[in-house]
Amino acid sequence: MAEIASLIDGFGAALSPVNLLWALLGVTIGTAVGVLPGIGPALTVALLLPLTFRLDPAASLIMFAGIYYGGMYGGSTTSILLNTPGESASIVSALEGNRMARAGRGAAALAAAAIGSFVAGTLGTVGLTFLAPVVAGIAVDFGPPEYVALMALAFVTVSALLGRSLLKGGASLLIGVTIGLVGIDEQSGDARLSFGLPALLDGIDVVVVVVALFALGETFTRLMRGTGGETVEPVRDRAVLSRSDWRRSWPAWLRGAALGFPIGSLPAGGAEVPTFLSYSAEKRLSKHRSEFGRGAIEGVAGPEAANNAAAAGVLVPLLTIGLPTSATAAVILTAFQSYGLQPGPQLFSESGPLLWTLIASLYIGNVMLLVLNLPLVRMWARLLTIPAYAIYAAVLVFATLGTFASGGTATDLLVLYALGLLALLMRTAGVPVAPAVVGLILGPLLEQELRRALALSQGDPAILVSSPLTITLWVLMLLALALPAVARLVRRDVGAAPAREEGEEAFTRS
Amino acid sequence: MTDENTPGAAGGSAARRRRRGLARAGPFAAAAAVTVLLAGTAVAGGERETEHGFAEGAQFRILAPADPGGGWDQTAREMQAALRDQVGRAEVYNVGGAGGTIGLNQYARLPADPTELMVTGLIMVGAIETSGSEVTMDDTTPLARLTTDYEVIVVPEGSQVRDLADLVDLMREDLKAVSIAGGSAGGVEQILAGLIAQEIGADPAEVNYIAHAGGGELLSTVLSGRSTAAVSGVSEILPQIEAGRLRPIAVSSAERLPMLPDVPTLRESGVDVELSNWRGVVAPAGISREEERRLEDLIMTMARSRGWQEALDRRGWGDAALAGPEFEHFLQAERKRTTEVLDRIGLT
Repeated sequence: MAEIASLIDGFGAALSPVNLLWALLGVTIGTAVGVLPGIGPALTVALLLPLTFRLDPAASLIMFAGIYYGGMYGGSTTSILLNTPGESASIVSALEGNRMARAGRGAAALAAAAIGSFVAGTLGTVGLTFLAPVVAGIAVDFGPPEYVALMALAFVTVSALLGRSLLKGGASLLIGVTIGLVGIDEQSGDARLSFGLPALLDGIDVVVVVVALFALGETFTRLMRGTGGETVEPVRDRAVLSRSDWRRSWPAWLRGAALGFPIGSLPAGGAEVPTFLSYSAEKRLSKHRSEFGRGAIEGVAGPEAANNAAAAGVLVPLLTIGLPTSATAAVILTAFQSYGLQPGPQLFSESGPLLWTLIASLYIGNVMLLVLNLPLVRMWARLLTIPAYAIYAAVLVFATLGTFASGGTATDLLVLYALGLLALLMRTAGVPVAPAVVGLILGPLLEQELRRALALSQGDPAILVSSPLTITLWVLMLLALALPAVARLVRRDVGAAPAREEGEEAFTRS
Repeated sequence: MTDENTPGAAGGSAARRRRRGLARAGPFAAAAAVTVLLAGTAVAGGERETEHGFAEGAQFRILAPADPGGGWDQTAREMQAALRDQVGRAEVYNVGGAGGTIGLNQYARLPADPTELMVTGLIMVGAIETSGSEVTMDDTTPLARLTTDYEVIVVPEGSQVRDLADLVDLMREDLKAVSIAGGSAGGVEQILAGLIAQEIGADPAEVNYIAHAGGGELLSTVLSGRSTAAVSGVSEILPQIEAGRLRPIAVSSAERLPMLPDVPTLRESGVDVELSNWRGVVAPAGISREEERRLEDLIMTMARSRGWQEALDRRGWGDAALAGPEFEHFLQAERKRTTEVLDRIGLT
């Protein structure tokens, strides 16, 4: 087990007091920027990059990895407490987490997210340590047809996010797909739905849409309704996580990690798809299905774990084939290069010790994040005791600042506020906003990969089922479609009471 | 959204209020710390006077018209480091998207201030044509070309295609059956694919070109072996070539490249095409001749500095420093050639 020996050497280097300090600095900055909507880890690392040219490479990579993991942690906090996801991967946490927070269980939701992040982050790092070459080998077989099948599977499973009314959920999904169409079409180079505005040529940044739909929508809805003086009782329970919370959370953490790591490792990875899949899986499997939509702890634990495991997964293609699959990974790649390291298949043999130090520091960073976040959970939850007007004023300020910081143009702000008003309309009409984000993320991916696949085959649709991987994924999709129907049939055969039947129906759709 | 808020207990004991105060301070202190940090990196050290005497005490700002991580961003940040000795701390900011035309649009609105620079390159020249942008390179003052990156044509390791002649034969036989993966529509890779088709007497518009938004997506298509060939910047794809996953069959440079000495150029293989993905720097339109001359001196001094030369080595960029009228002629020629081929592909 050469890996273990190398890893121990890595720990030896990472555990030096100075490197621990860099890791601590990294996770602290990471958590803070994760909390702010719009300012993500990518921008932070890019800004810090020139400051670290004189640093020892190990120290700065350790700090960047800390920022990266910390950002994932921080994003969940605002999602849960304020229903304001700072980045697209923590949208799903907002769904159940915010309900829990409003029911006085904010601390439990935060703890489930923090421990889940720790468990999944650690499992993901273990996966990175031992499975990286294997996973990279499989991931390389993912071409356009395989992505089409994966996206179709994701689309089918996210029906769980659609909410009570299929029609309203579907409308929201289409709004998202439409927003996703804005900008230059990748294959033809033609501009779509850009209305001649140069700033729209590159499409609308997912972060801007997320901040608008969630943060501004929430704020505007408040403005229309409340007096603004109300607050929420932040902590109802004595223990942060009750025994039953633990029992319900741990399988969700493991399942989330199992979904997040492999999907995050794919060359076109991303953390959103596994969080969607995890949420649907938890909802299907839960014994407390009726709680979904009202604050089910599995709905926070699973997606948060998936999110963090995916963050570790993203490092697999980065370190093994030199392929950045997220904005932050791209910036970390730049950092690698500025220290003369060439990420790629030879990285492990050429720069082994440095890499193992980095991996060891990921384990350490995870522990630090847990230590940093868990005791603060109750304190963060108390944030809710601030009267609503103050909270939402701050949300508005930071949403605006963050959007301007990431985009840098006044048009971004116009788009932000226009979409915020759209969100207000949607909320007033009872249309859920989460499916719009799903459509926005999955729609363009599915479209581009489908067109690429068909161009590769010169229009022959047989390419979509041309490999064992694609067939497996399509079968999974059919199963996901058929299972609820089959389950209903079986139940009918056993002769369930009609009243219960109706209840089940409502739950599966809710 | 249902309102499930319970009215909070206003007031409360002093201890409780103190705790709340602390809770309140937490997130905002963190936020404030970050804001200060971010602002700090942008502002600190800008006060130094420049030897070149541009707007005393003013800080240089470099616009990277792309998101962090890409070639233009790297160029801007390397310039920031290499210019430090001459102008102190410069600020780099990113306005990404649409092949740099979004950044260009914003840049063209700036006043004629010689401390405002922008990184540019062939991709922007192409994107201006494909997007029909009203703002063009005429709305800037071209200063200098700095670097080149060459393109390499690769095939999957198990491919039947052994060299460029094989690929050309396939293209002559059935152009549409040869899929060529590359970067965004109208970018350097598609221009190269179009130029090759044009050179072998085929219609550039008929090339089965599969566009990708970034290096990651492109690699996932090529490595899966679904496309016949792919075109990519050399530095981006070198690790895959070294690992033997992809086989290089030709480079787009005039002479063989030091990092790929065994790979023939397009010319050697009988296709008379040469293309470099050059990057350079421009100033706003309307600056005076004197300012333009001093800026060119500043950039060329930087290009000769040790820091810059080290950056070129580290990044694997070719040194292509060229300023003054020579650069302006070069730029005109590139605009003409790019417009022609994009016209023939049907992308303008």
